[in-house]
Amino acid sequence: MIKRTSGQKTFAIFNTIHLILLSFIFVIPIWHVAMGSISDPMKLSAATGLFFWPKGEATLGGYRLVLQNPTIITSYMNTFIYVVSATAFGTVLNILAAYVTSRKDLRYKSPIVFMIAFTMIFQGGLIPNYMLVRNLGWLNTRWAIIIPGAIWAYNVIIMRTSFQAIPDGLCEAARIDGAGHFRILTSIVLPVSKSIVAVVALFYGIQHWNAWFNAAIYLKDRKLFPLQLTLREIVLLSTEQSIIADADGQDVMIYRPLIKYATIMVSIVPMMMVYPFVQKYFVTGVMIGSIKG
Amino acid sequence: MQGTGSAQDIIHSKERIAARRRKAIKRDLGMNWAVYVMAIPVIAYFFIFYYIPMGGIVMAFENFKVRKGILGSEWIWFENFLAFFRSVYFWRLIRNTILISIYGLVYSFPFPIIFALCLNEVRSTKFKKVTQTISYLPYFISIVVVVSILNDFCKSGGILTQIASLFGDNKGALISRPEWFRSLYIGSNIWQHLGYNSIIYISALASVDQELYEAAYIDGAGRWRQTWHVTLPGILPTIVILLIMRLGQMMNVGYEKTILMYSPATYETADIISSYVYRVGIQDADYSYSTAVSLFNSIINFIIIYVANRISRSLSDISLW
Repeated sequence: MIKRTSGQKTFAIFNTIHLILLSFIFVIPIWHVAMGSISDPMKLSAATGLFFWPKGEATLGGYRLVLQNPTIITSYMNTFIYVVSATAFGTVLNILAAYVTSRKDLRYKSPIVFMIAFTMIFQGGLIPNYMLVRNLGWLNTRWAIIIPGAIWAYNVIIMRTSFQAIPDGLCEAARIDGAGHFRILTSIVLPVSKSIVAVVALFYGIQHWNAWFNAAIYLKDRKLFPLQLTLREIVLLSTEQSIIADADGQDVMIYRPLIKYATIMVSIVPMMMVYPFVQKYFVTGVMIGSIKG
Repeated sequence: MQGTGSAQDIIHSKERIAARRRKAIKRDLGMNWAVYVMAIPVIAYFFIFYYIPMGGIVMAFENFKVRKGILGSEWIWFENFLAFFRSVYFWRLIRNTILISIYGLVYSFPFPIIFALCLNEVRSTKFKKVTQTISYLPYFISIVVVVSILNDFCKSGGILTQIASLFGDNKGALISRPEWFRSLYIGSNIWQHLGYNSIIYISALASVDQELYEAAYIDGAGRWRQTWHVTLPGILPTIVILLIMRLGQMMNVGYEKTILMYSPATYETADIISSYVYRVGIQDADYSYSTAVSLFNSIINFIIIYVANRISRSLSDISLW
């Protein structure tokens, strides 16, 4: 190892301090919301600035209001339905696409690869997509959220890159033993590709958990809204009449900020709990993507 | 005679080629029929959900009426495009789209590189891991939540508004002021994507040959000179590729965040081509005009990525295709 001079030691100290400050900046907005969500509603509505600690006595009242609210419960369920079904559908289709395009001896492979890859450069755009969903009769249905956008070329390419890296010998041996392609896919390719399948499923899952735009243009019925869209209504558009009506009647305006913070927390807590465990898969995904990219 | 003979030869060889081809196709189908069966849902999906909308772009050249459909509507060719060029919003949209893109590039591109370089200097693996994990946190948060928090920070009495007033800016909530829109948009983007975008540089740094550092050290290069002469050249290809990819996204400023963030008060600086397409197309249901605007945007974008790639190839042999 190369020895460090005193100048380098000073640099190391500054570097560490600067990285700690940076980490603080990454975390503080979330911390602020978390503290807001357990504050006293009276004090909160008059509070300004950054919340390092709860305002007034800490209380879970905001969460009680939010979790008793039928609109939020319904949209939570909807998000769950959308995330699970769109991710399952997208991942299965993605596996098929990656398997097909990673075969070496397929005669008509290149047109299929081109058909998929071209969609990364050029797409129909907002209005033609909207017209398609409309013509399919899917406006204001769950299909409009689950099916369009379920599979992206980028994820097909990263899974394909990973499938291509599987030694030919493995598949050849299975062929000689009389295994068909479905057998090869399910009993050879998938078991050795667990981590890339996890990466792709995660990419889809997180995307669907955080999605709101398609729901905003395709859905009218509040009973079908995913959580993000309800969150937008409550926090950004302030059309939370439905919520205020539930808040025990009197003096309900005062609860607005509290409900905002608690709703935000309710929507990000699942992600916060999952992400430290899944982030290493994300890093893998980014790396494979960059090799082919 | 000679001629007919060779002509027959050609016919023969053509037949032979055709026969060989048939045989190859038969063999391919025999061996790979199951693969083609798997390809059916994939091709069907991409056809329906990507290629039909591409075909739908023709409505940019029509006076599209929903009840007449794409085939029945009247053709007006470039009328929609001309209407857009003459529109009072044209220059404002072009200016806002380009400015937010250029500022976004200039301000947000260097940060992940600097962050990766700083992390690279850290010796404690544990500190490095923890810092990196924390830096990904904002990436996992939805745009709706990011904009919600931004709104909260930039309302009157919000922390960012307070900080601005410390520096003598007392004109009230930042979020509803056009002169602040770009800074807030880009700043929150940097916050959200810095950690995630640095992943690729961190691993590029890890793959720089350690012997080069030792060689540079023996030649008397200090830490700074090592960074300048070894580290940066080592990750330069990565930087250039990502820069080209970013340039390709130049006119592709996403509408989702803009739509959540802007308000009529900030349209002056906030409204970009894609958010305009959304407003005119979805909210006002002017389908063919907004499709034309969106197509114009895609074409400009395609030209930019092509030119960027050309320049990069002639300068450095690094190319996307």
